[in-house]
Amino acid sequence: MQASTKPELSVNIVTNVTTPAARETAAALPMRMTVSKVNFYYGTKQILFDINMGIADKRVTALIGPSGCGKSTLLRTLNRMHETVNTSRLEGEILLDSQNILAQDVTALRRRVGMVFQRPNPFPKSIFDNIAYGPRINGYKGSLADIVEKSLRNAALWEEVKDHLHKSAYELSGGQQQRLCIARALAVDPEVLLMDEPCSALDPISTAKIEELMVELKNLTTIVIVTHNMQQAARVSDFTAFLLTGQIIEFNPTPLLFTTPGDPRTEAYITGRFG
Amino acid sequence: MGRRLRWRRFVSNFMLAMTGVCAGVSVLVLFLILGYLLFNGGTSINWDFFTKLPKPVGETGGGMSNAIVGSGKILLLASLFGVPIGFLGGIYLAEFSGKGTASVVRYAADLLNGVPSIVIGIFAYSLVVLPFKHFSALAGAFALGMMMIPITLRSTEEFLKSVPRMLREGAMALGASKWKTIATVIVPAAYRGILTAILLALARVAGETAPLLFTAFGNRYESHGFSQPTATLPVMIYTYAVSPYEDWHRQAWAAGLVLLGLILIINILARTILSRGIAVPRS
Repeated sequence: MQASTKPELSVNIVTNVTTPAARETAAALPMRMTVSKVNFYYGTKQILFDINMGIADKRVTALIGPSGCGKSTLLRTLNRMHETVNTSRLEGEILLDSQNILAQDVTALRRRVGMVFQRPNPFPKSIFDNIAYGPRINGYKGSLADIVEKSLRNAALWEEVKDHLHKSAYELSGGQQQRLCIARALAVDPEVLLMDEPCSALDPISTAKIEELMVELKNLTTIVIVTHNMQQAARVSDFTAFLLTGQIIEFNPTPLLFTTPGDPRTEAYITGRFG
Repeated sequence: MGRRLRWRRFVSNFMLAMTGVCAGVSVLVLFLILGYLLFNGGTSINWDFFTKLPKPVGETGGGMSNAIVGSGKILLLASLFGVPIGFLGGIYLAEFSGKGTASVVRYAADLLNGVPSIVIGIFAYSLVVLPFKHFSALAGAFALGMMMIPITLRSTEEFLKSVPRMLREGAMALGASKWKTIATVIVPAAYRGILTAILLALARVAGETAPLLFTAFGNRYESHGFSQPTATLPVMIYTYAVSPYEDWHRQAWAAGLVLLGLILIINILARTILSRGIAVPRS
């Protein structure tokens, strides 16, 4: 049982306690994605309540909160992966470059909004074929070797694998596999990269490498990361949203949220009093 | 107290011995058959057996080249008919159908799998042999192909379903449509299992006799094309074994040995495929 207590708050008292100064900082940034008035259901069970948030371009936005708070679900709506579950239902609007993603072709959307999962999930193919997979299915005409090298370099994996690109991806370590999955996502040049607890199955050294990578990747793409690890959110993200029972309790620039939380529940969570 | 303990020890040891004996017996059966086949058929196997046609009664020598070719032909045709239907049906079952449809199809496939092979033979007889008024390789292949459908279908479904969900999501997150995900990730991840199952299905129907008796029928000579009565190893064994001639009995044993060898080769092939390529780790 991972869902916490039933939400007692009514829908309209979501408190986005953004201070005026913080709001100004955030408003000055161009938004890559905008989530507005999103309500989400699995069957009759409501998972997300009136979510509003912006995803700043070329920044890292972190979603934190206790298990079952809906942070992974929220992440999965951003590239409509939630649609793999038949009973799911989404209300509201999610914009990518001012266009509603819900009205777009889903495969085209997922090329623009990539995803890295909790556990490394390389395909049972060679390292090369894993990276080339996205470009291939999308009918890429240029040199695959170039795109494979570029993607592996961007994922800081090139030096480790360049001499055995045709070996099975499963021969890599867990951390390398996860960077391979990041490289695979980068190969289709996504505008946004969603990461669903990408380090939860990795050791501390691999975790450090991926965190370092995320900071570098900000030059290339926009990142949204779900994490259980508050230190991780504090280290890598520019903005942090704290979710509780399907609602955004607080959404602020990361330093602000961690030093002067604007809501007592945020403070309770980040100081470890629950969750 | 002491007697009771001794009694318990006795029961325990007795049961342990029984299970061991039974395990031994099941292995022994296989080796007995194998040894018997080798002993009786081994001496009759020579090069002629593979290259020559059967000789008329009374003449010694000759072989079963027509039956070996005939079996090969019918198995090939049966696979061409049964495997695609089972394979595509399995994909539908695992990936597209709703729960209701799936359970109906699955149940039907299991029933079809349980239909006695002689009944499949009658069905093929009335459907293919009667209208053409001709026994043929085609009719035999139709019967065997029908038997391959449920095995291929169920195993395709099982192996596709065992592909971890996270591989599907990985492909879909890169913008692959459902069909592309299936064709480029799911099936390649499951192909070794599916191929093994198909080969085992092939090995199973390779030894079927009943459905061939009145479909492919048999032939003393070579049959050309697919529309003539065709000799097959199992039917040949049957015909030769029930004949009153000593020489034919020896050839029946030889044919049995060849058939077993063929099935063994298919099995080894299946195991080789399983041990090669990139396996998806179980999670």
